[in-house]
Amino acid sequence: MSSMNEPRTIVIKPSTGWAALNLKDLWNYRELIYFFTWRDLKVRYKQTLLGASWAILQPVLTMVVFSVFFGGLAKVPSDGVPYPIFSYTALLPWTLFSKALQDASRSLVSSANIISKVYFPRLILPLSSTLAGLVDFLIAFTVLLLMMVFYGIHPTANLWLLPLLILLALVTAIGVSLWLSALNVMYRDVGHMLPFLSQFWMYITPIAYSSSIVPEKWRFIYALNPMTGVVEGFRWSLLGTGEGPGITLLISSCIAVLITISGLFYFRRMERKFADLV
Amino acid sequence: MSKTAIRVDNLGKKYNIGLPVVKYQTLRDKISEGFSRREKIADSYIWALRNVSFEVNEGQALGVIGRNGAGKSTLLKILSRVTEPTEGVVEIRGRVGSLLEVGTGFHPELTGRENIFLNGAILGMRREEIQGKFDEIVDFAEVEKFIDTPVKRYSSGMYLRLAFAVAAHLEPEILVVDEVLAVGDAEFQKKCLGKMSDVAQQGRTVLFVSHNMSAVLRLTNETLVIDHGQLLMRGPTQEAVDFYLSQGLTQEGQKIWREDEIAEAAKPFKPVAIRVLDKQGVVADTVRSIEPFTIEIEYELQKPLKGLRVGIYLLTTRGEYIFTSFDTDDVEQYEANTVRPAGRYFSRCEIPANLLNEGRYVIGMNASTYLIKRYFQDDQALLFNVDPAGAPGMQWVETRLGTVRPALKWKIESYESGDMQHGKK
Repeated sequence: MSSMNEPRTIVIKPSTGWAALNLKDLWNYRELIYFFTWRDLKVRYKQTLLGASWAILQPVLTMVVFSVFFGGLAKVPSDGVPYPIFSYTALLPWTLFSKALQDASRSLVSSANIISKVYFPRLILPLSSTLAGLVDFLIAFTVLLLMMVFYGIHPTANLWLLPLLILLALVTAIGVSLWLSALNVMYRDVGHMLPFLSQFWMYITPIAYSSSIVPEKWRFIYALNPMTGVVEGFRWSLLGTGEGPGITLLISSCIAVLITISGLFYFRRMERKFADLV
Repeated sequence: MSKTAIRVDNLGKKYNIGLPVVKYQTLRDKISEGFSRREKIADSYIWALRNVSFEVNEGQALGVIGRNGAGKSTLLKILSRVTEPTEGVVEIRGRVGSLLEVGTGFHPELTGRENIFLNGAILGMRREEIQGKFDEIVDFAEVEKFIDTPVKRYSSGMYLRLAFAVAAHLEPEILVVDEVLAVGDAEFQKKCLGKMSDVAQQGRTVLFVSHNMSAVLRLTNETLVIDHGQLLMRGPTQEAVDFYLSQGLTQEGQKIWREDEIAEAAKPFKPVAIRVLDKQGVVADTVRSIEPFTIEIEYELQKPLKGLRVGIYLLTTRGEYIFTSFDTDDVEQYEANTVRPAGRYFSRCEIPANLLNEGRYVIGMNASTYLIKRYFQDDQALLFNVDPAGAPGMQWVETRLGTVRPALKWKIESYESGDMQHGKK
């Protein structure tokens, strides 16, 4: 509070090369992250008939389709647990990730009118778009709990890993959308590419199938997709299938951190041009 | 005693031409232009601002004037950190609030209450701060009854009042104002001006950018004149305004028709240009209400024409006609010009002093022979501004209603009290 009342001296000058991250500024504007997240939540289901049920309907309907075609007709093996809960456990973090990816990547362009008029750290936009998805995730999570009761599956002691996995999914989403949102300001192709990217990414992630069908020699490359680690971890932690956190999760985490750090610097480098280009 | 609030040193901002117009590129454009890229970069930029240096002391109200595209908005955008300069340094002591962003981030689906918090946060206010000022904001905007209604159901006036109220209660150390007075009704404009002079009197620093010379004169004591991205002068506002109005800086007051704007059917009439000339005979986009000015139409006749009349319409920017006038309205002129031989012509019309009120006006142009043929018509040939500085009634801070602002004679007679009847002296 007091820091706001004393005049701070702000120096404005052209930033050269790779701009510093300026996390202090982000901290000063932390309330704005809350307000943007809150706005996205408030507005998302306004003037809809089903309201927040959409958060549940999307993963549940996907789960039903998967269960009928992959589980029922194609008889895809599901590591010894019923196929519906097998796929739904994976769809939860996936929906969180893909929603965050799509919203955050479009966040700069959809807030063009604010960007061209007011200053605030632009990082706030993709960050708050990502966080808004977390509430949908929690709502959809309740369905999983009901399904676990229905199928008589007890949560394992591995549950401790869950928050870290959620974090990993969010970090991955933020990292990728830092790149894509900044690119989208310059090249609107990103907007057209997003649905494909999301679909493509879903196929290379073990959602409809188990990662155990991937041959051993491809495992390393397969683990380069951070969402592989997240989805496998979710199943291990909630359903007790597969192996515990190991090399796959380590690789996934490293890649996610790498994407995010490089994304941060790229974003900051492009940030000064946003208002002129958007 | 007074410290420097803003220090601008050698500021410059370069824009790539094309980019602001093209808006965005696609990868395909990028690929297809791949080979020609190098030369494109070499010559396709302009300096929207260059070598600008000045200081503003705490508590000072500084005006910034200049015509469209002079670099005023770029300066404001840099000061409010929306865009980065290409060169130079700015040092700012304190929070910058700008009234160029009224209603930024308002979401139509959210209620008035929710938007106050959201908008306040976007402008850089803390939550406690907004809570503390909430009642004051609602009061100022006069929207108590609708505070829990989504703003998409607001009238445009309510919307604007609420937006302005949030911005006006930001209470920054430095307030930047850009043409907010151009929007809203007269009542609302009065309120804005009042709020701004409050801010100035509280010892805050105000930077006021405007086309409205009289508002600049009322609210600031010193003013910068900017043209072509350069700082031309800084001086007491009266001097700066006189300099601006007299230097022909307002050179946009001219329209030259391109070949492709002239239809084949216009022949043998060929319009060349239409201009607004101020009292000194200089092309100007802003003229003073208290001075006469001239509207000049330049054209060519490729063949002699019989019964031609060339004239103007004067309209408000809302499209209401103020008057229509032709160069052969006068019977003597009419008889002297029954046939105009081929050649180059100027038709000039003098608009008397003390006719138009402050504001923006549109000139339309028409060349025709009555009931026979319309050779050429351009309904929006030219825009110009009228500045009221020095006009009657300028001692009051208010916008006068109406399109005309005549200097009228008034008499005030005093009667003995208790004896109000005429003739009973």
